[in-house]
Amino acid sequence: MQKILAIESSCDETACALLNEKLEIETSIVTSQIDVHARFGGVIPEVASRMHVEQISTIIKEALKGHDMSEVSAIAYTIGPGLIGSLHIGAIAAKSLAFFYDKPLIGVHHLKGHIFVNELIEPLEYPLLALVVSGGHTELVYMKSDHDFKILGTTLDDAIGEAFDKVARIMNFGYPGGPIIDKLAQKGQVTYKLPSPKVDGYNFSFSGLKNACLTLANKLERNNETLNKEDFAKSFEEVALGHLIQKLKLVLNDYEVKHVLIAGGVAANSRLRELMKENITKQKLTLPPLKYCTDNATMIAVAAFKELKYGNFVDLSAASRSSLSIEAC
Amino acid sequence: MISNSRNETILLGEKIGRLLKGGMCLCLEGDLSAGKTTLAKGIAKGLGVEEIVNSPTFNILKIYEGRLTLYHIDAYRLEGNSYDLGFEECFYDQEGVTLIEWSAYLKDILPKEYLLINIDNLGDNERSFEFVPKGSEYEALIKEIEKC
Repeated sequence: MQKILAIESSCDETACALLNEKLEIETSIVTSQIDVHARFGGVIPEVASRMHVEQISTIIKEALKGHDMSEVSAIAYTIGPGLIGSLHIGAIAAKSLAFFYDKPLIGVHHLKGHIFVNELIEPLEYPLLALVVSGGHTELVYMKSDHDFKILGTTLDDAIGEAFDKVARIMNFGYPGGPIIDKLAQKGQVTYKLPSPKVDGYNFSFSGLKNACLTLANKLERNNETLNKEDFAKSFEEVALGHLIQKLKLVLNDYEVKHVLIAGGVAANSRLRELMKENITKQKLTLPPLKYCTDNATMIAVAAFKELKYGNFVDLSAASRSSLSIEAC
Repeated sequence: MISNSRNETILLGEKIGRLLKGGMCLCLEGDLSAGKTTLAKGIAKGLGVEEIVNSPTFNILKIYEGRLTLYHIDAYRLEGNSYDLGFEECFYDQEGVTLIEWSAYLKDILPKEYLLINIDNLGDNERSFEFVPKGSEYEALIKEIEKC
Protein backbone atom coordinates (compact mmCIF):
# COMPACT_ATOMS: atom_id res chain seq x y z
CA MET A 1 0.00 0.00 0.00
CA GLN A 2 1.25 3.44 -0.89
CA LYS A 3 2.02 5.80 1.96
CA ILE A 4 3.07 9.43 1.97
CA LEU A 5 5.11 11.10 4.67
CA ALA A 6 4.23 14.79 4.70
CA ILE A 7 5.78 17.81 6.40
CA GLU A 8 4.06 21.15 6.99
CA SER A 9 5.93 24.20 8.28
CA SER A 10 4.49 27.20 6.44
CA CYS A 11 3.68 29.31 9.48
CA ASP A 12 3.86 28.59 13.19
CA GLU A 13 2.92 24.92 13.28
CA THR A 14 5.51 22.22 12.76
CA ALA A 15 3.78 19.05 11.63
CA CYS A 16 4.48 15.65 10.15
CA ALA A 17 2.04 12.93 9.17
CA LEU A 18 1.99 9.51 7.59
CA LEU A 19 -1.08 8.77 5.48
CA ASN A 20 -1.91 5.70 3.43
CA GLU A 21 -3.67 5.56 0.06
CA LYS A 22 -7.01 4.72 1.69
CA LEU A 23 -6.60 8.14 3.32
CA GLU A 24 -6.22 6.54 6.73
CA ILE A 25 -4.04 8.54 9.08
CA GLU A 26 -1.30 6.30 10.41
CA THR A 27 0.29 9.08 12.43
CA SER A 28 -0.16 12.84 12.61
CA ILE A 29 1.92 15.06 14.86
CA VAL A 30 1.43 18.81 15.20
CA THR A 31 3.14 21.24 17.54
CA SER A 32 2.07 24.84 17.66
CA GLN A 33 4.18 27.79 18.64
CA ILE A 34 1.12 29.87 19.46
CA ASP A 35 2.06 30.40 23.12
CA VAL A 36 5.40 31.87 22.15
CA HIS A 37 3.97 34.13 19.46
CA ALA A 38 1.07 35.29 21.65
CA ARG A 39 3.65 37.17 23.71
CA PHE A 40 4.51 39.21 20.62
CA GLY A 41 0.96 39.73 19.38
CA GLY A 42 1.62 37.82 16.19
CA VAL A 43 3.91 35.36 14.50
CA ILE A 44 7.52 36.55 14.37
CA PRO A 45 9.03 34.91 11.28
CA GLU A 46 12.56 34.51 12.55
CA VAL A 47 11.38 33.08 15.86
CA ALA A 48 9.09 30.75 13.92
CA SER A 49 11.95 29.49 11.74
CA ARG A 50 14.15 28.82 14.75
CA MET A 51 11.42 26.94 16.50
CA HIS A 52 10.80 24.86 13.39
CA VAL A 53 14.49 23.95 13.38
CA GLU A 54 14.27 22.91 17.02
CA GLN A 55 11.12 20.86 16.53
CA ILE A 56 11.31 19.27 13.14
CA SER A 57 13.56 16.27 13.76
CA THR A 58 11.64 15.27 16.85
CA ILE A 59 8.33 15.62 15.05
CA ILE A 60 9.45 13.49 12.11
CA LYS A 61 10.85 10.85 14.45
CA GLU A 62 7.60 10.86 16.37
CA ALA A 63 5.54 10.50 13.19
CA LEU A 64 7.63 7.50 12.14
CA LYS A 65 7.37 5.73 15.49
CA GLY A 66 6.39 2.12 14.85
CA HIS A 67 6.94 2.63 11.12
CA ASP A 68 9.88 2.31 8.81
CA MET A 69 11.02 4.47 5.91
CA SER A 70 10.69 1.41 3.65
CA GLU A 71 6.89 1.78 3.98
CA VAL A 72 7.02 5.31 2.59
CA SER A 73 6.32 5.75 -1.15
CA ALA A 74 6.93 9.50 -1.36
CA ILE A 75 7.89 12.52 0.74
CA ALA A 76 5.67 15.60 0.57
CA TYR A 77 6.13 19.10 1.96
CA THR A 78 4.51 22.52 1.75
CA ILE A 79 6.25 24.44 -1.03
CA GLY A 80 4.25 27.66 -0.50
CA PRO A 81 2.70 30.05 0.24
CA GLY A 82 3.82 30.96 3.76
CA LEU A 83 6.66 32.50 5.68
CA ILE A 84 9.72 31.90 3.58
CA GLY A 85 12.07 30.99 6.45
CA SER A 86 9.56 28.55 7.89
CA LEU A 87 8.88 26.98 4.49
CA HIS A 88 12.60 26.42 4.00
CA ILE A 89 12.92 24.33 7.17
CA GLY A 90 10.22 21.90 6.03
CA ALA A 91 11.63 21.87 2.50
CA ILE A 92 15.15 21.05 3.67
CA ALA A 93 13.90 18.29 5.96
CA ALA A 94 11.79 16.77 3.16
CA LYS A 95 14.55 17.04 0.59
CA SER A 96 17.09 15.46 2.94
CA LEU A 97 14.79 12.52 3.56
CA ALA A 98 14.00 12.16 -0.16
CA PHE A 99 17.68 12.30 -1.06
CA PHE A 100 18.90 9.92 1.63
CA TYR A 101 16.15 7.32 1.20
CA ASP A 102 15.84 7.86 -2.54
CA LYS A 103 12.11 8.68 -2.51
CA PRO A 104 10.11 10.81 -4.93
CA LEU A 105 9.47 14.34 -3.67
CA ILE A 106 6.18 16.23 -3.88
CA GLY A 107 5.79 19.98 -3.29
CA VAL A 108 2.27 20.80 -2.14
CA HIS A 109 0.43 24.12 -2.31
CA HIS A 110 -0.69 24.93 1.22
CA LEU A 111 -4.24 25.85 0.21
CA LYS A 112 -4.72 22.63 -1.72
CA GLY A 113 -4.02 20.93 1.59
CA HIS A 114 -6.74 22.95 3.31
CA ILE A 115 -9.20 22.09 0.55
CA PHE A 116 -8.43 18.40 0.01
CA VAL A 117 -8.32 17.57 3.72
CA ASN A 118 -12.11 17.62 3.46
CA GLU A 119 -11.85 14.31 1.59
CA LEU A 120 -11.15 12.70 4.93
CA ILE A 121 -14.74 13.55 5.86
CA GLU A 122 -16.57 12.84 2.63
CA PRO A 123 -15.88 12.60 -1.11
CA LEU A 124 -15.64 15.92 -2.93
CA GLU A 125 -18.07 16.63 -5.76
CA TYR A 126 -17.30 18.92 -8.67
CA PRO A 127 -17.81 21.69 -9.60
CA LEU A 128 -16.78 22.66 -6.11
CA LEU A 129 -16.53 26.05 -4.44
CA ALA A 130 -14.10 26.49 -1.57
CA LEU A 131 -14.10 29.50 0.71
CA VAL A 132 -10.55 29.65 2.00
CA VAL A 133 -10.32 31.90 5.03
CA SER A 134 -7.28 32.32 7.25
CA GLY A 135 -4.75 34.81 8.57
CA GLY A 136 -3.20 35.16 5.14
CA HIS A 137 -6.03 34.24 2.78
CA THR A 138 -9.56 35.17 1.83
CA GLU A 139 -10.27 33.41 -1.40
CA LEU A 140 -13.13 31.89 -3.33
CA VAL A 141 -11.64 28.99 -5.24
CA TYR A 142 -13.71 27.35 -7.97
CA MET A 143 -12.77 23.83 -8.96
CA LYS A 144 -14.17 22.09 -12.03
CA SER A 145 -12.16 19.01 -11.11
CA ASP A 146 -9.48 18.01 -8.63
CA HIS A 147 -6.77 19.63 -10.75
CA ASP A 148 -8.51 22.72 -12.08
CA PHE A 149 -8.36 25.72 -9.75
CA LYS A 150 -9.68 29.17 -10.46
CA ILE A 151 -9.59 32.05 -7.99
CA LEU A 152 -12.87 33.90 -8.47
CA GLY A 153 -12.36 36.36 -5.66
CA THR A 154 -9.66 37.46 -3.27
CA THR A 155 -9.14 40.22 -0.76
CA LEU A 156 -8.13 43.61 -2.08
CA ASP A 157 -6.46 44.50 1.22
CA ASP A 158 -6.47 42.57 4.50
CA ALA A 159 -7.19 38.86 4.84
CA ILE A 160 -10.14 38.11 7.10
CA GLY A 161 -8.03 36.50 9.82
CA GLU A 162 -5.72 39.48 9.68
CA ALA A 163 -8.72 41.80 10.09
CA PHE A 164 -9.80 39.85 13.19
CA ASP A 165 -6.28 40.09 14.62
CA LYS A 166 -5.86 43.78 13.85
CA VAL A 167 -9.28 44.76 15.15
CA ALA A 168 -8.65 42.72 18.31
CA ARG A 169 -5.44 44.66 18.68
CA ILE A 170 -7.15 48.04 18.17
CA MET A 171 -9.61 47.08 20.91
CA ASN A 172 -6.94 45.56 23.19
CA PHE A 173 -8.54 42.10 23.17
CA GLY A 174 -5.24 40.18 22.81
CA TYR A 175 -3.90 37.67 20.32
CA PRO A 176 -4.95 35.67 18.37
CA GLY A 177 -7.97 37.83 17.60
CA GLY A 178 -10.14 35.24 15.86
CA PRO A 179 -10.98 32.89 18.74
CA ILE A 180 -11.20 35.81 21.21
CA ILE A 181 -13.73 37.72 19.10
CA ASP A 182 -15.65 34.51 18.36
CA LYS A 183 -16.01 33.79 22.07
CA LEU A 184 -16.97 37.36 23.05
CA ALA A 185 -19.47 37.59 20.20
CA GLN A 186 -21.40 34.57 21.46
CA LYS A 187 -22.54 36.68 24.42
CA GLY A 188 -23.10 39.91 22.51
CA GLN A 189 -25.74 41.78 20.53
CA VAL A 190 -25.34 43.89 17.43
CA THR A 191 -25.37 47.41 18.88
CA TYR A 192 -22.45 49.14 17.17
CA LYS A 193 -23.09 50.33 13.65
CA LEU A 194 -20.23 49.34 11.39
CA PRO A 195 -20.19 49.74 7.60
CA SER A 196 -20.54 46.71 5.34
CA PRO A 197 -17.68 46.54 2.83
CA LYS A 198 -18.65 47.45 -0.71
CA VAL A 199 -16.54 45.88 -3.45
CA ASP A 200 -17.41 44.93 -6.99
CA GLY A 201 -17.45 41.37 -8.17
CA TYR A 202 -16.42 38.46 -6.00
CA ASN A 203 -13.55 40.26 -4.28
CA PHE A 204 -13.38 41.12 -0.61
CA SER A 205 -12.24 44.14 1.38
CA PHE A 206 -11.76 44.47 5.11
CA SER A 207 -9.72 47.66 5.46
CA GLY A 208 -12.74 49.98 5.53
CA LEU A 209 -14.25 47.93 8.34
CA LYS A 210 -10.93 48.02 10.19
CA ASN A 211 -10.85 51.80 9.75
CA ALA A 212 -14.38 52.12 11.11
CA CYS A 213 -13.34 50.13 14.19
CA LEU A 214 -10.38 52.44 14.70
CA THR A 215 -12.60 55.51 14.36
CA LEU A 216 -14.97 53.99 16.92
CA ALA A 217 -12.14 53.24 19.34
CA ASN A 218 -10.85 56.80 19.07
CA LYS A 219 -14.32 58.24 19.58
CA LEU A 220 -14.91 56.16 22.70
CA GLU A 221 -11.56 57.24 24.10
CA ARG A 222 -12.30 60.90 23.42
CA ASN A 223 -15.69 60.67 25.13
CA ASN A 224 -14.29 58.58 27.99
CA GLU A 225 -16.78 55.83 27.21
CA THR A 226 -16.04 52.18 27.66
CA LEU A 227 -16.55 49.59 24.98
CA ASN A 228 -19.02 46.78 25.51
CA LYS A 229 -16.63 44.09 24.35
CA GLU A 230 -19.23 41.42 23.72
CA ASP A 231 -21.51 43.69 21.73
CA PHE A 232 -18.65 45.12 19.73
CA ALA A 233 -17.33 41.65 18.91
CA LYS A 234 -20.80 40.58 17.77
CA SER A 235 -21.29 43.75 15.68
CA PHE A 236 -17.91 43.35 14.00
CA GLU A 237 -18.27 39.63 13.39
CA GLU A 238 -21.70 39.98 11.78
CA VAL A 239 -20.41 42.54 9.28
CA ALA A 240 -17.15 40.69 8.51
CA LEU A 241 -18.73 37.25 8.13
CA GLY A 242 -21.76 38.71 6.38
CA HIS A 243 -19.40 40.02 3.72
CA LEU A 244 -18.06 36.50 3.14
CA ILE A 245 -21.52 35.00 2.87
CA GLN A 246 -22.72 37.75 0.52
CA LYS A 247 -19.88 37.07 -1.95
CA LEU A 248 -20.25 33.32 -1.61
CA LYS A 249 -23.92 33.58 -2.51
CA LEU A 250 -23.09 35.80 -5.44
CA VAL A 251 -20.88 33.06 -6.88
CA LEU A 252 -23.52 30.40 -6.23
CA ASN A 253 -25.93 32.55 -8.16
CA ASP A 254 -23.61 32.80 -11.19
CA TYR A 255 -21.84 29.44 -11.28
CA GLU A 256 -22.88 25.83 -11.24
CA VAL A 257 -21.73 24.46 -7.90
CA LYS A 258 -22.46 21.03 -6.45
CA HIS A 259 -20.37 21.15 -3.34
CA VAL A 260 -19.36 24.00 -1.02
CA LEU A 261 -16.71 23.80 1.63
CA ILE A 262 -14.82 26.10 3.94
CA ALA A 263 -11.15 25.74 4.71
CA GLY A 264 -8.43 27.49 6.67
CA GLY A 265 -8.10 28.72 10.24
CA VAL A 266 -11.11 31.05 10.20
CA ALA A 267 -13.28 28.06 9.23
CA ALA A 268 -13.08 27.26 12.94
CA ASN A 269 -15.22 30.34 13.70
CA SER A 270 -18.48 29.09 15.23
CA ARG A 271 -20.65 31.85 13.77
CA LEU A 272 -19.27 31.33 10.26
CA ARG A 273 -20.17 27.64 10.54
CA GLU A 274 -23.72 28.56 11.60
CA LEU A 275 -24.06 31.04 8.74
CA MET A 276 -22.83 28.45 6.24
CA LYS A 277 -25.46 25.97 7.41
CA GLU A 278 -28.18 28.62 7.21
CA ASN A 279 -27.20 29.86 3.77
CA ILE A 280 -26.00 26.80 1.89
CA THR A 281 -29.11 24.74 1.47
CA LYS A 282 -29.10 23.62 -2.15
CA GLN A 283 -25.52 22.36 -2.35
CA LYS A 284 -23.65 19.70 -0.47
CA LEU A 285 -21.83 21.44 2.39
CA THR A 286 -18.73 20.30 4.23
CA LEU A 287 -17.58 22.00 7.40
CA PRO A 288 -14.27 20.46 8.41
CA PRO A 289 -13.77 19.55 12.08
CA LEU A 290 -11.67 22.06 13.98
CA LYS A 291 -8.53 19.91 13.96
CA TYR A 292 -8.43 20.15 10.15
CA CYS A 293 -9.04 23.91 10.04
CA THR A 294 -5.70 24.78 11.57
CA ASP A 295 -2.44 23.82 9.88
CA ASN A 296 -1.47 20.16 9.98
CA ALA A 297 0.53 17.74 7.88
CA THR A 298 -2.30 15.30 7.21
CA MET A 299 -3.82 17.81 4.81
CA ILE A 300 -0.51 18.10 2.97
CA ALA A 301 -0.42 14.31 2.63
CA VAL A 302 -4.00 14.18 1.27
CA ALA A 303 -3.18 16.83 -1.34
CA ALA A 304 0.08 15.04 -2.13
CA PHE A 305 -1.87 11.92 -3.17
CA LYS A 306 -3.52 14.11 -5.83
CA GLU A 307 -0.15 15.28 -7.10
CA LEU A 308 1.04 11.66 -7.05
CA LYS A 309 -1.97 10.68 -9.15
CA TYR A 310 -1.02 13.27 -11.78
CA GLY A 311 2.69 12.56 -11.55
CA ASN A 312 3.53 16.04 -10.26
CA PHE A 313 6.88 15.64 -8.58
CA VAL A 314 9.56 18.21 -7.81
CA ASP A 315 13.30 17.76 -7.72
CA LEU A 316 15.79 18.69 -5.04
CA SER A 317 16.32 22.13 -6.56
CA ALA A 318 12.65 23.17 -6.21
CA ALA A 319 12.33 26.64 -4.69
CA SER A 320 9.91 27.40 -1.88
CA ARG A 321 7.77 30.46 -2.53
CA SER A 322 6.26 32.85 0.01
CA SER A 323 3.57 33.86 -2.46
CA LEU A 324 2.33 31.21 -4.81
CA SER A 325 -0.94 31.21 -6.71
CA ILE A 326 -3.00 28.05 -6.50
CA GLU A 327 -3.82 28.49 -10.18
CA ALA A 328 -0.16 28.25 -11.15
CA CYS A 329 0.66 25.29 -8.99
CA MET B 1 -0.17 66.79 0.28
CA ILE B 2 -3.75 65.99 1.09
CA SER B 3 -5.92 63.24 -0.32
CA ASN B 4 -9.66 63.35 0.13
CA SER B 5 -10.46 59.86 -0.94
CA ARG B 6 -9.15 56.38 -1.46
CA ASN B 7 -9.14 57.01 -5.19
CA GLU B 8 -7.05 60.16 -4.84
CA THR B 9 -4.57 58.19 -2.74
CA ILE B 10 -4.32 55.56 -5.46
CA LEU B 11 -3.79 58.28 -8.08
CA LEU B 12 -1.02 59.83 -6.01
CA GLY B 13 0.58 56.39 -5.67
CA GLU B 14 0.34 55.84 -9.42
CA LYS B 15 2.12 59.13 -10.04
CA ILE B 16 4.90 58.12 -7.65
CA GLY B 17 5.09 54.64 -9.15
CA ARG B 18 5.63 56.02 -12.65
CA LEU B 19 8.57 58.15 -11.43
CA LEU B 20 10.43 55.45 -9.51
CA LYS B 21 13.81 54.24 -10.66
CA GLY B 22 15.47 50.87 -10.08
CA GLY B 23 17.08 50.47 -6.67
CA MET B 24 14.82 52.99 -4.95
CA CYS B 25 13.36 52.42 -1.52
CA LEU B 26 10.20 53.98 -0.05
CA CYS B 27 9.19 53.78 3.59
CA LEU B 28 5.52 54.21 4.44
CA GLU B 29 4.69 55.23 7.98
CA GLY B 30 1.24 55.69 9.46
CA ASP B 31 -1.13 54.09 11.93
CA LEU B 32 -3.31 51.06 11.29
CA SER B 33 -5.76 52.07 8.59
CA ALA B 34 -3.87 55.22 7.56
CA GLY B 35 -3.79 54.05 3.95
CA LYS B 36 -0.32 52.55 3.52
CA THR B 37 -1.52 49.57 1.53
CA THR B 38 -3.83 51.82 -0.49
CA LEU B 39 -0.89 54.03 -1.49
CA ALA B 40 1.11 50.87 -2.23
CA LYS B 41 -1.68 49.73 -4.57
CA GLY B 42 -1.32 52.98 -6.51
CA ILE B 43 2.46 52.77 -6.62
CA ALA B 44 2.21 49.21 -7.94
CA LYS B 45 -0.22 50.39 -10.59
CA GLY B 46 2.21 53.13 -11.59
CA LEU B 47 4.90 50.48 -11.90
CA GLY B 48 2.69 48.51 -14.24
CA VAL B 49 1.88 45.68 -11.82
CA GLU B 50 -1.33 44.03 -12.95
CA GLU B 51 -1.85 41.61 -10.07
CA ILE B 52 -3.98 42.53 -7.06
CA VAL B 53 -1.75 44.10 -4.43
CA ASN B 54 -3.07 43.40 -0.94
CA SER B 55 -1.77 43.49 2.60
CA PRO B 56 1.61 41.80 3.02
CA THR B 57 1.21 41.60 6.80
CA PHE B 58 0.92 37.83 6.87
CA ASN B 59 3.75 36.99 4.50
CA ILE B 60 5.93 39.96 5.55
CA LEU B 61 7.21 40.17 1.95
CA LYS B 62 5.27 39.98 -1.30
CA ILE B 63 6.92 40.30 -4.69
CA TYR B 64 5.23 41.61 -7.83
CA GLU B 65 6.48 42.00 -11.38
CA GLY B 66 5.91 45.24 -13.25
CA ARG B 67 8.16 47.64 -15.16
CA LEU B 68 10.44 46.98 -12.17
CA THR B 69 10.16 44.25 -9.56
CA LEU B 70 8.17 45.49 -6.58
CA TYR B 71 9.22 44.22 -3.16
CA HIS B 72 6.35 44.99 -0.81
CA ILE B 73 7.45 44.53 2.80
CA ASP B 74 5.32 44.86 5.92
CA ALA B 75 7.28 44.95 9.17
CA TYR B 76 4.14 45.23 11.32
CA ARG B 77 4.66 41.81 12.86
CA LEU B 78 8.38 42.21 13.35
CA GLU B 79 7.96 44.94 15.97
CA GLY B 80 11.51 45.94 16.55
CA ASN B 81 12.91 42.47 16.14
CA SER B 82 15.24 43.45 13.31
CA TYR B 83 16.30 39.96 12.49
CA ASP B 84 18.35 39.17 9.47
CA LEU B 85 15.57 38.30 7.07
CA GLY B 86 17.49 38.98 3.89
CA PHE B 87 15.69 42.21 3.00
CA GLU B 88 19.02 43.64 1.87
CA GLU B 89 18.65 41.51 -1.23
CA CYS B 90 15.58 43.58 -2.11
CA PHE B 91 17.27 46.92 -1.38
CA TYR B 92 20.19 46.22 -3.67
CA ASP B 93 18.25 44.91 -6.65
CA GLN B 94 18.82 47.63 -9.26
CA GLU B 95 15.90 46.24 -11.28
CA GLY B 96 13.55 46.55 -8.36
CA VAL B 97 12.00 48.98 -5.93
CA THR B 98 11.26 48.29 -2.28
CA LEU B 99 8.21 49.53 -0.43
CA ILE B 100 8.27 49.13 3.34
CA GLU B 101 5.22 49.51 5.54
CA TRP B 102 5.97 49.99 9.27
CA SER B 103 9.58 50.73 8.35
CA ALA B 104 10.32 52.02 11.88
CA TYR B 105 10.52 48.37 12.92
CA LEU B 106 13.33 47.86 10.44
CA LYS B 107 15.28 51.04 11.05
CA ASP B 108 18.54 49.20 11.81
CA ILE B 109 18.75 47.68 8.37
CA LEU B 110 17.29 50.41 6.13
CA PRO B 111 19.50 51.59 3.26
CA LYS B 112 21.26 54.95 3.78
CA GLU B 113 19.04 56.76 1.32
CA TYR B 114 15.29 56.40 0.97
CA LEU B 115 12.07 58.36 0.77
CA LEU B 116 10.00 58.43 3.94
CA ILE B 117 6.29 59.04 3.47
CA ASN B 118 4.36 59.85 6.65
CA ILE B 119 0.65 59.27 6.30
CA ASP B 120 -1.78 60.82 8.75
CA ASN B 121 -5.41 59.91 9.14
CA LEU B 122 -7.28 63.23 9.32
CA GLY B 123 -10.62 61.52 9.80
CA ASP B 124 -13.10 59.88 7.43
CA ASN B 125 -11.37 59.59 4.07
CA GLU B 126 -9.00 62.52 4.44
CA ARG B 127 -5.31 61.68 4.63
CA SER B 128 -2.18 63.82 4.66
CA PHE B 129 1.08 62.76 3.07
CA GLU B 130 4.39 64.17 4.21
CA PHE B 131 7.47 63.42 2.10
CA VAL B 132 10.82 63.27 3.89
CA PRO B 133 13.74 62.63 1.51
CA LYS B 134 16.93 60.96 2.73
CA GLY B 135 19.45 61.66 0.00
CA SER B 136 19.64 63.88 -3.08
CA GLU B 137 18.09 61.35 -5.45
CA TYR B 138 14.94 61.44 -3.35
CA GLU B 139 14.91 65.24 -3.10
CA ALA B 140 14.81 65.25 -6.89
CA LEU B 141 12.04 62.62 -6.85
CA ILE B 142 9.85 64.78 -4.62
CA LYS B 143 10.29 67.73 -6.97
CA GLU B 144 9.20 65.49 -9.83
CA ILE B 145 6.17 64.31 -7.85
CA GLU B 146 5.17 67.87 -7.02
CA LYS B 147 5.55 68.91 -10.66
CA CYS B 148 3.16 66.28 -12.00
